[in-house]
Amino acid sequence: MTVTLFVPCFVDALFPQVGINMVRILEKLGHRVECPEEIACCGQPAFNSGYWDEARCVAEPTLKRLKNAEAVVIASGSCGAMLKVFYPQLFENKPEAAAAHELSHKVWEFSDFLVKKLGVTDLGAKFPAKVTFHDGCHGLRELGIKSSPRKLLEKVEGLELVEMQDAETCCGFGGTFSAKFPMISTAMGEVKCTSAKQTGADYIVSNDSSCLMHVQGLLSREGSPLKTIHLAEILGGNQQS
Amino acid sequence: MVAQKQIWEMSMTEREKILGRIREALTLTAPHPGTHGRHEPAQTFPGRPVQSAKPWLPDGGETPEEQIAHFRAASTDLKTDFREAADEAAAMAILKEIAQAEGWKKIATHRSELTDKAASALGLPKLLTGGGYDKNEMEACDAGITECDVLIAQTGSLIVTSRSSGGRALSVLPPHHVVIARREQLVRDLTAGFAFIQRKYDGNYPSMISLVTGPSRTGDIERILVLGAHGPKKLTVILW
Amino acid sequence: MSSHSQEFLDQASVITRDLRHRGLIQTALKKYEVARDKRKSAFGDWQSARQAAAETKWEAINHLDKYLTEFADKLEARGTKVHWASTGEQARDIIVKLIAEKKAKCVIKSKAMTSEEIHLNDAMEKAGFEVVESDLGEYIVQLRKEPPYHIVFPAMHLTRDEISDLFQRELGSAPTQEPEELTMIARRALRKKYIEADIGITGANFAVAETGMISLTENEGNARLTAALPKTMITLLGIEKVLPKMEDLALFLPMLATAGAGQAVTGYNTLYGGPKQADEADGPEEWHVVLLDNRRSLLLADAEQRDALHCIRCGACLNVCPIFRNVGGHTYGTTYSGPIGSVITPHLRGLQNWKHLSGSSSLCGACTETCPVKIDLHHHLLQNRRNASQEEPSALEQFAYKVFGFVANRPGMWQVGKELARMFQPLHKFVLGSKLDPARTWTATRDVQPVAPESFKEWWRKNKSGK
Repeated sequence: MTVTLFVPCFVDALFPQVGINMVRILEKLGHRVECPEEIACCGQPAFNSGYWDEARCVAEPTLKRLKNAEAVVIASGSCGAMLKVFYPQLFENKPEAAAAHELSHKVWEFSDFLVKKLGVTDLGAKFPAKVTFHDGCHGLRELGIKSSPRKLLEKVEGLELVEMQDAETCCGFGGTFSAKFPMISTAMGEVKCTSAKQTGADYIVSNDSSCLMHVQGLLSREGSPLKTIHLAEILGGNQQS
Repeated sequence: MVAQKQIWEMSMTEREKILGRIREALTLTAPHPGTHGRHEPAQTFPGRPVQSAKPWLPDGGETPEEQIAHFRAASTDLKTDFREAADEAAAMAILKEIAQAEGWKKIATHRSELTDKAASALGLPKLLTGGGYDKNEMEACDAGITECDVLIAQTGSLIVTSRSSGGRALSVLPPHHVVIARREQLVRDLTAGFAFIQRKYDGNYPSMISLVTGPSRTGDIERILVLGAHGPKKLTVILW
Repeated sequence: MSSHSQEFLDQASVITRDLRHRGLIQTALKKYEVARDKRKSAFGDWQSARQAAAETKWEAINHLDKYLTEFADKLEARGTKVHWASTGEQARDIIVKLIAEKKAKCVIKSKAMTSEEIHLNDAMEKAGFEVVESDLGEYIVQLRKEPPYHIVFPAMHLTRDEISDLFQRELGSAPTQEPEELTMIARRALRKKYIEADIGITGANFAVAETGMISLTENEGNARLTAALPKTMITLLGIEKVLPKMEDLALFLPMLATAGAGQAVTGYNTLYGGPKQADEADGPEEWHVVLLDNRRSLLLADAEQRDALHCIRCGACLNVCPIFRNVGGHTYGTTYSGPIGSVITPHLRGLQNWKHLSGSSSLCGACTETCPVKIDLHHHLLQNRRNASQEEPSALEQFAYKVFGFVANRPGMWQVGKELARMFQPLHKFVLGSKLDPARTWTATRDVQPVAPESFKEWWRKNKSGK
């Protein structure tokens, strides 16, 4: 199968190892990976802020570029939800409506793609550490992803998964919310970090780098030894680029 | 009376205005619920949704034994004092025992088959609500003794009405509400309970129909349960 | 920025740092969660029950004219006076005039959020009447002269010590640590009021069209007493409260109790169909029902968000909302707080002044997931944001999104952007978190993830592209 990777803007610039690990994993499984250079943004920041015209300007070329893709895989539940759930709403009653619906059926969040589409759970990865998993809200509630990342983590050699209290509670990132309402975003993040720390884990794992960026920002600021890591980095077995 | 009339006239016109706005608003069709903006239903129901909902709601038990067990378990949970008696004499004995243990001096009650029996068994001074009563006098009574229309196994509830249970206040003003009932009054669930009420009154309803579930309670202070917030601190159900 | 928005930000800045508040709310809501989950597990199928409830409310709201007419006509047929109020002001006038006409001195009230919405207590007090809230939580916040903190748990932000101090000050009671004793102090004080009161005012949870009755849900028995002892009863309810049939209560009462407070059913669920009848022992001689529109018909006209009128005010969305849990009920500055408040307040009180509430959400969707009548809450927040921006765009924000979209999807420009970021990144530490820091809303509390030495696309070009 040819897999089209959608590498979101912040993953490209800030977390390249997430994308690199995805490429390695998919190639190891025998798939051809392509990554269109000209798309980096799904338009979610503008969409979530209510600027739907501006969001459409970004989404339209994305829609066109992904038209012929066999499967589109994204390392973020949030951007995945944008393409899968919100593009059809964004283009409702627009000429691109049909294309948006068509794309919606082909879009996969990475962990769900591995487990549900490819039927793979064991990638032969090793990661000797105690981890706790944070469910990104868009992945969890817009895309309904709960079991896939856990099934993948279960098969990682040496890894111990400890669920934190309120794993499903939002970490407080929320895109532009984190900058517009930083005090609330920070308080939510502190609650999340406290739950994670109570598990005694070494790492917070998630399938969404945007949540981790926020949580890691808080943890680094307070000098906590607790670290964050994206699921793909654990599965790809390559934590350092 | 003049002010009353003015209010009335004003309201009539507002009624038409409000209904007019509603009708205009409803010319647009809303998406179906649970479909995130789509117009086709997510799930279809053969009749009214509530008629399909029975298996989805908490159960009250199939057989009379199961239903009694449900009512008993719910009562424990609710801190309702549920007493099962073998027969009428045993029920009256239980009532007398409670009256003695609590040192009742005066009861409030209403005229009905079962409460008449209870009142004569107790032999205490009583306030009858029938033709009106003094609020302060009722407030000073030790217990309010009533019949109920129906008991509900599913939730450990009972239904009292202003016609069948001595008015509106009798079951909430005295500190202890005692309900005397027969086993055959127990029904499976709320659906059966409301159906019973609709059949019994056949359109000629009492002005108040109250589903009572446990003694009065509050959690308004630190979410800690306290009984007897405003209504009765104790609810006793005596069933035979 | 509206003054409401600035107030929200100011209060949020203070309360989100108040760890005592955070702990208190989390503990209370943890108790709620445990109880709710226990009750939910007794359902045969909670999700299907939600759908059934949603469909029932959809039917009622989408035929509101029919059901409302049926409700009002049935009520009137049994001697109840029905009043219709387009605005809060009209509703206040109707009620204040009624009270004046009865030459009443003391008004006893059971909990009614609709009365908070129209600031009824202020109006009655200004007209010279004594008004006493009888729900314990409402009584406590009334004594503190503040609005309810939560639509179901009005005093959940207070500790027993604060309540003891309050009662000592206002009622002259002895200090106590026992919630039981505190409750009894209020019980004694309020019992007198029930007996004295000339007028009882209630809200309603449901309006049953089929039988022309209101259904009133409560735990304490205060509403039962309010509707039993005073000579005149007044009920204020929003026009959206209708349910088609009595049998619907068999579904709605357990769902309201489970979602709202983790109970199987609430202590008292009482149907009222008229004033005292000739053969009845007690009850009000007159009953007035005031039906309030107050811009609900405007929300009804917004087909996209019409389901917000399905709301049964259980408060479940507040309880699970991480924003509510951190800013608390008072920060919103609205009658209805939490997700449902953020959705409907812009409709009820003006979009531009209240759009910040729709902005103040991480869109996590916990509200939508928990709502027993399946209101599409967090998506409505998105729609409010869209409507607000369309109506009055912020030029700066609009420009920023245009530029970002333009740059991000042009590989050459995106590359230049990343290189510029790498170039200036080392300088960031000199202004980090200060007023000169362009990213200070982020960096005040969080470290920044640096742009990687080699971005994914740079790696791709080097290792994969064309290979």
